[in-house]
Amino acid sequence: MEIKVDERSNCAILKITGDVDLYSSPLVRSQIIHLVNKKQFNLLVDFTDITYMDSSGVATLVEALQMTHRNHGKLRLFNMRQAIRDVFELSRLDKVFDIYDNEELATRGI
Amino acid sequence: MKQTIEIKILSEPKFLKIVRAAVSHVTEIMGFPQDEINNITLAVDEACSNIIKHAYGGQSDQPIRVLLQLYDDRLEVILKDVGKKVAADDIKSRDLDDLRPGGLGVHLIRSVMDVVNYNIRSTKGNRLQLVKFLRRKGS
Repeated sequence: MEIKVDERSNCAILKITGDVDLYSSPLVRSQIIHLVNKKQFNLLVDFTDITYMDSSGVATLVEALQMTHRNHGKLRLFNMRQAIRDVFELSRLDKVFDIYDNEELATRGI
Repeated sequence: MKQTIEIKILSEPKFLKIVRAAVSHVTEIMGFPQDEINNITLAVDEACSNIIKHAYGGQSDQPIRVLLQLYDDRLEVILKDVGKKVAADDIKSRDLDDLRPGGLGVHLIRSVMDVVNYNIRSTKGNRLQLVKFLRRKGS
């Protein structure tokens, strides 16, 4: 798994490539904590190249949601393939997260 | 007729990918539809993750055995470890209205699989049986 961070003036976009599972989700978590510690409270996660996500990945994003909301920021997810959206639906968390079809919609209003 | 494929890995999170690949291929060969292939793969992955986290407390050098038993009408997955026995109360699904990180794995396993049985006839460690039936077209 690989994470690239595109830091902009009003948000940071995390582009993750590969599987987010028990092995790799701690890396995602530490990257998110690093950004929040730098006072970047608007986080967007680009799901285009995320090939798999398990409950540890979902839990990491729940934690990110709580961290950003506590600081009056936003967490937005975009371009999620159906197989991963199914994991969010099975977790009954698809309504908790702001999930957008593409980057343009996700960055609107931030 | 039953055919069995056995995978033995150490309780190292990076090896979970190997189990996922095997389960995905086996369920494809058996004729499960793609959404069920994804879901069964997720359930077995979550079960292995729980063994690593709870039975072995994060130790990465302990054995996990995954038996994939292929029947004409179903897949049975048996997961065995020799770690700390997991109490029945600890493996309940959590209340999903309680929004907090963690604790989702058991809920996902129970949502996806037709049968989930913990610790049948196991004397040492834990034994988990997961079953998913094949739904024939038109049935």
